[in-house]
This record gives sequence, structure tokens and C-alpha cells, in this order.
Amino acid sequence: MPPISSFGPFIALLLACVFFSFQSERFLSGQNFSLILQQVMVVGAIAIGQTLIILTAGIDLSCGMIMALGSIVMTKFAVDHGMDPYLAIACGLAVCTLFGFLNGALITFIKLPPFIVTLGTLNIAFAITQIYSEAQTVSGLPEPLTFLGNTFKIGDTAVTYGTVLMLGLYFVAWYVLRETAPGRHIYALGNNPEAARLMGINTRRQFITVYTLAGLIYGVAALLLVSRTGVGDPNAGQTDNLDSITAVVLGGTSLFGGRGVILGTLIGALIVGVFRNGLTLMGVASVYQILITGILVILAVTTDQLSRRKG
Amino acid sequence: MVTATPVLQARGLIKRYGHVTALDGADFDLLPGEILAVIGDNGAGKSTLIKALSGALVPDEGEIRLDGKPVKFHSPNDARREGIETVYQDLAVAPAMTIAENLFLGRELRKPGVLGRLLGLLDKKRMLAETINHMKDLQIGIRSMKQAVETLSGGQRQGVAVARSAAFARHVVIMDEPTAALGVKESNMVLDLIRRVRDRGLPVILISHNMPHVFDIADRIHIARLGKRAAVVNPKKIAMSDTVAVMTGAKRPEELSPDMLA
Repeated sequence: MPPISSFGPFIALLLACVFFSFQSERFLSGQNFSLILQQVMVVGAIAIGQTLIILTAGIDLSCGMIMALGSIVMTKFAVDHGMDPYLAIACGLAVCTLFGFLNGALITFIKLPPFIVTLGTLNIAFAITQIYSEAQTVSGLPEPLTFLGNTFKIGDTAVTYGTVLMLGLYFVAWYVLRETAPGRHIYALGNNPEAARLMGINTRRQFITVYTLAGLIYGVAALLLVSRTGVGDPNAGQTDNLDSITAVVLGGTSLFGGRGVILGTLIGALIVGVFRNGLTLMGVASVYQILITGILVILAVTTDQLSRRKG
Repeated sequence: MVTATPVLQARGLIKRYGHVTALDGADFDLLPGEILAVIGDNGAGKSTLIKALSGALVPDEGEIRLDGKPVKFHSPNDARREGIETVYQDLAVAPAMTIAENLFLGRELRKPGVLGRLLGLLDKKRMLAETINHMKDLQIGIRSMKQAVETLSGGQRQGVAVARSAAFARHVVIMDEPTAALGVKESNMVLDLIRRVRDRGLPVILISHNMPHVFDIADRIHIARLGKRAAVVNPKKIAMSDTVAVMTGAKRPEELSPDMLA
């Protein structure tokens, strides 16, 4: 049985849902929940990669820009260069994976702090995106690139394939982190990398794998983004680094590494999504939604700190 | 003097770092079922010797034999594969992970069959059961093996590290200053634990600066000095002051009476 404190984010999400269903009768409907899922789909996917990295006591500021680059590569290859759409998607995924690998290699081999490395690659990815796209939006996308935005019906509720993919990614991450040796080693890296190394774990390879995998996940997020917006937008993803960190922190994962659960991140992303959606339904201006997100983050971290000090 | 075949033996180990010779033809013998303390002043080559024996460094010259067979260790993993386990002074555990997870860290057991092979599914039940057995064997009284290591005292944490080494060592357990970070009571607990490891038949190499601990627990004491083995003494026959005198060079080993040597 996990300690009750690990249910904190879940309880907060439930309370928020109860509160908003009293405030607006439109809140509590399958259609609205499907909408919330679509709204958190992209940042939710990115936050999986962010969680893996934060569990190793790292941080990734470049995630949103890597995703934007991936989405531009996919769309421009397919539209402007007339490449087979599936191959274009593969190229986008490859570019994102490569950037993740670059982060991991710089952090592991040159021993630079993750904050600095990803601050650098954030700017590099952003600049390449702007240069390559000439700051132009790519539109007129072929079907495979937008397929994940299509919906199917569960009862009366239309659900996009993209949200199913995101939830599937969470399931895979949950399984790997909880039930396999490489997953447990990610926790060991964040807990005590020296102990992990002394116990015969190849910590360098492990670090690089985590960042590379995160890059691949940003690539999937790029595809989700493209399918949701229907265009390749060079200015996308600019707040996704902080938004994904918000989701991770709200989900109860420690920024010091080694502690946390991946499903907490999903709940963290949903908390942000539910608040934005609920406040919008109540007619609250979006700037107040940001204000409340900020307060939530500080509340979450404070609760975490206090409960830890007690234990 | 050495009668039984040593479990771990080294002859003429040499290790140079530039102009500094850390090991200058060091010999070493660990006998079956004993606790051998290794002491030496700073710069005596004590830690270089231990690193060579545990695979953390490769000596320039000399030979290491395990159960009489020559071995070459290029990494701690090589030594570990041969059944030599090391306990480190700075509590090499992952605090937020459970005792069972720490015991099997890096050596996790997978479920048998397809689930384990293809999906990498861990056999948590078996790891937990084996952890309970190992901890019981060494009489480490901890209630639940599912609790995080950070909930334990320093001595109990070192207990986990010792149990981990004892569980996987087939030949030798090396303990590098296992009590350095601990208080008096906790140290005694770990010393008892080391005795129990020996009593189960595993020879132990104990590196320590703490002379009372060394005299309390060691069967023989290896004194390192100037990159060599100065002497091996019998703690039941020699005074602590004479041991320290040999270690620091105030007394030459030849000045000791023969019955003090081991």
C-alpha cells in the first residue's frame, strides 16, 4: 500500500472536478472530459519524457522546442518536399530522438548540468525551426499527419485517437518504470548515481538512454500537436517546457530526483487542464487561470516538502 | 606460516602514478574463513591494494590469484562476477528505494518464462522472499523489507549493504571502512554483522582506521607500509602500540617477536 500522501494529487483532481461540476452544468459531461483530454494531450505526452528525466534528477528545458522542430520537419518534408507522409513522420521522430541523444551525450560525457545543456539546445532547436521554416506555418497536411486528430465514439462521446495514444504511452511508461529493471534503475540514478554505478549499473548508458527516449517521446508529441492543430507551426511549444514541469511537480514527483510515479504526472497535467477548462466555463479570464496554476504549483511543492519533513 | 590455500592472494603488485609508486611489490594473502584487517598510514598503499583486489584499478605488474587460479580484473564488475563483493563506507544505497530493491539493485530477478524474457517483468515476490531470508540469516532485525532504506538508521542501512554483499559474494567480502560513518552503538552492530558473515564461511577483508575495532574483530592484521606488506600480525599476541609502531615505521617488523606474527 503506498502512503496516503501519494494520493494527494488524485484527491486534488477529484476536488477540482467536484467544485467545477457545481459551478457549471456543462463541466460534467463525456464531451467536456474528452475536450480536456485533447487539451492536455500534447503537454501530457511531453511530460512523460520530462518525468523520466526529472526522476534521474535532471531537467529538460528544450522539450517544447524539440517538439516544434519535429513538427516542422514532419510537415515540411511531407508538404514542401512531397515525401511519403509516413517517412516524413519517421524523419520528424528521428530528429527529435537525435536532439534527445545530443542532450544526453552532452550531460553525460562533458558532465554539464542538464539545466544549461537543455537551455542551449532549446535555443538551437528554436533557431533551426525558424530558419528552416522561414517562420512560415505549414498547412495542407496529408491524412496520415492528421489521423490522430480523428475521433471515434464511445457512447455519445467523440474521442480522438491521439488521446488514446497518449494514455497508451502513460501505460507503457508506468509498466517500464514499475515492473522492469531498467525502470527501477532510473529511480536508482536519481537516488544515488554513485551507488547505482558501484552496483554494476552502466549509469552513463542509462542517462543517455533516458534523454534519447525522452526525445523520441517529444517526437510523438510533435505528431499529436500536428494532428490537433492541422498545421506545422514554427512558434509552437514555447511554454511546454514549463508546462510539462508543472505537470510533473503537481503529480508529486520530486525535482531532486528518485521519487515519483508516472501516473502522478498524468494527474498533474489533468489538474491543469481541469482548472483551465472549468475556469473558462465559469467565464474567468485566461490570465487568472495562469495565476491559479502558479498558486497550485507552490501549494503542491509546499505540501510535498511539509509531508516529507514530518516523515 | 601460511598453511591453507589462500582464497585471495597477490604477489608483487606494482602500481605507479607518474613518479609516485603507490604499490611497490605488495603481497597479500587472505585465508579461508578469516577476518583479515588491512591497516596502514595514509599513502601506505592500502587503498590502492584494495582497489586492485576489488577490480577498481589494474596493477601495472604482479599477480592476483583467486582460489589458486590467476585472475585479471579490469573493472569492479569483473571482480563481482568472480564472487568478490565490496561494501563501501559511504553507504552505497538508494534511499528512496525499498530494502528488497536495494539488495537486488543491478541484479534484479525476472519472472520465469515469456513475461520475464520479453517484457522484462520483475519477480518482486521472489526478490522479497530472498531478501527476508538473507536478512534473517544475518539476524538483521528489520520489520518490513518493503520499507524505504531512508527510514532506517545508519547502522541498519550499512546492514543492508553488508547483507547485499554477503548474499552475492561466493568467495570474498571486502569492507572498506564500513563503520566510518557510524556511531558507537551502530558500529558494534555492524561489527557483529561482519562476524556473522565470517561465521557463515565467507572470508572478510576489513579496511579500517579504527584500531579498537580492528583488534576487536580481526583474526589477522595486514600492515601496509611504503607500498609493501610490512607484516601480518596476530592481534591476540601483539599490543596495539606495537602494531601502530610498525605501521608508522617507528618499529621495524624484524624487531617484533616471532609469536606476534601471523
